[in-house]
Amino acid sequence: MSWTREQIAVRAARELRDGFYVNLGIGIPTLVANNIPAGLTVTLQSENGMLGIGPYPYEGEEDADLINAGKQTISELPQSVYFSSADSFAMIRGGHIDLTILGAMEVSQDGDLANWMIPGKMIKGMGGAMDLVAGVKRVIVTMDHTARDGGHKFLPECSLPLTGKGVVDMLITDLGVFERPAKGHPFRLIEMAPGVTRKEIRSKSSAAFTE
Amino acid sequence: MTRIYPSAAAALDGLMRDDMTLCVGGFGLCGIPERLIDAVLDNGAKGLTVVSNNAGIDGVGLGKLLRSRQIRKMIASYVGENKEFERQYLAGELELEFNPQGTLAERCRAGGAGIPAFFTRTGIGTIVAEGKPLQEFDGELFVMERAIRGDLALIKGWKADEAGNIVFRKTARNFNQVMATAAPMCVAEVEEIVPIGSLDPDEIHLPGIFVKRLVCGGPYDKQIEFRTTRPREA
Repeated sequence: MSWTREQIAVRAARELRDGFYVNLGIGIPTLVANNIPAGLTVTLQSENGMLGIGPYPYEGEEDADLINAGKQTISELPQSVYFSSADSFAMIRGGHIDLTILGAMEVSQDGDLANWMIPGKMIKGMGGAMDLVAGVKRVIVTMDHTARDGGHKFLPECSLPLTGKGVVDMLITDLGVFERPAKGHPFRLIEMAPGVTRKEIRSKSSAAFTE
Repeated sequence: MTRIYPSAAAALDGLMRDDMTLCVGGFGLCGIPERLIDAVLDNGAKGLTVVSNNAGIDGVGLGKLLRSRQIRKMIASYVGENKEFERQYLAGELELEFNPQGTLAERCRAGGAGIPAFFTRTGIGTIVAEGKPLQEFDGELFVMERAIRGDLALIKGWKADEAGNIVFRKTARNFNQVMATAAPMCVAEVEEIVPIGSLDPDEIHLPGIFVKRLVCGGPYDKQIEFRTTRPREA
């Protein structure tokens, strides 16, 4: 049985450490916020200018001046702080954020990430993704292991325009977890979802990785 | 010094011309200068280059200036949720320059601070760095990005005093603070103008030196793009 989106998020949340400042992307990464292990103090950063993201507001308490980078209404915490976009990206680009968890369309065996553009289709833009992968200390990608049509997404090389080159430290899919000790090293398969075999993962990946 | 105007149209008087570059604050629909965008719409200036993180949504915010065909080029980081933008772009009627969000913020910050260019790691190995000078520092590769300096900045604050010192509210600060500095002329709209001495000097986000013209812009629409809530515990 492969992992559900929620289970991928739970697995990603196990990478959080006490005291971390973390930026979560849209999609599966957003679910990580609901799965922070008990006892850990984790501060979530939103690149539109906030540290200390609170939960969604109660109905009737939405505030148009208080949104996350996905433009959803959120709430603040007693320790929250607001700042400008320039300060926000000084945090991100200056290496002050410990971890970012992002979605992906493709990941290469060398840690290249493609998640912002499909040529020929409408391109929406990269937002803050290129800054995050270039500046944050550790980059974790969560994604479905294959496309809906079965096409591979963990590849020798990305076919789509890159968000960053050699930037991914860990890849968590519905089938398993791949990690590398440092940038420039190959990925190693370190965990598999229950009932998933090495053979299945190999058959659904064109990327080279160790076991 | 900062001068206070009775309306957004009056605040833009004599400033608008065709083919100029506007630096516009806001993130999505949060903290956008609603009244000043309306005034640009009424003014009708065309061929505008607009530097803004987003391009509004259909018929809201900068979406109004897209619909009126006043924008020739957008410099932005994300333009999703905008059908009119998509239509004009795919038809070749609109120029688009994507910048990573942090690069966009820093280009405007640099422009406002008299810094012509800077180096960043963001975009290395991607199409963003293509054709730009690269330089190695301490064994690592960086791309040179040029500053942005517009002709006119339009921003939205929360409160201002009569000297033009501005306080923003929550995440509506976003790009407003940096856009205010990125042009020789900044017009700011705020929800409330208070007497000098009412704001704590230590808590001002944008000093009045950056704000040449000021207008009280309320009442505000403040549309929410994605309303997300949680249920109340019983």
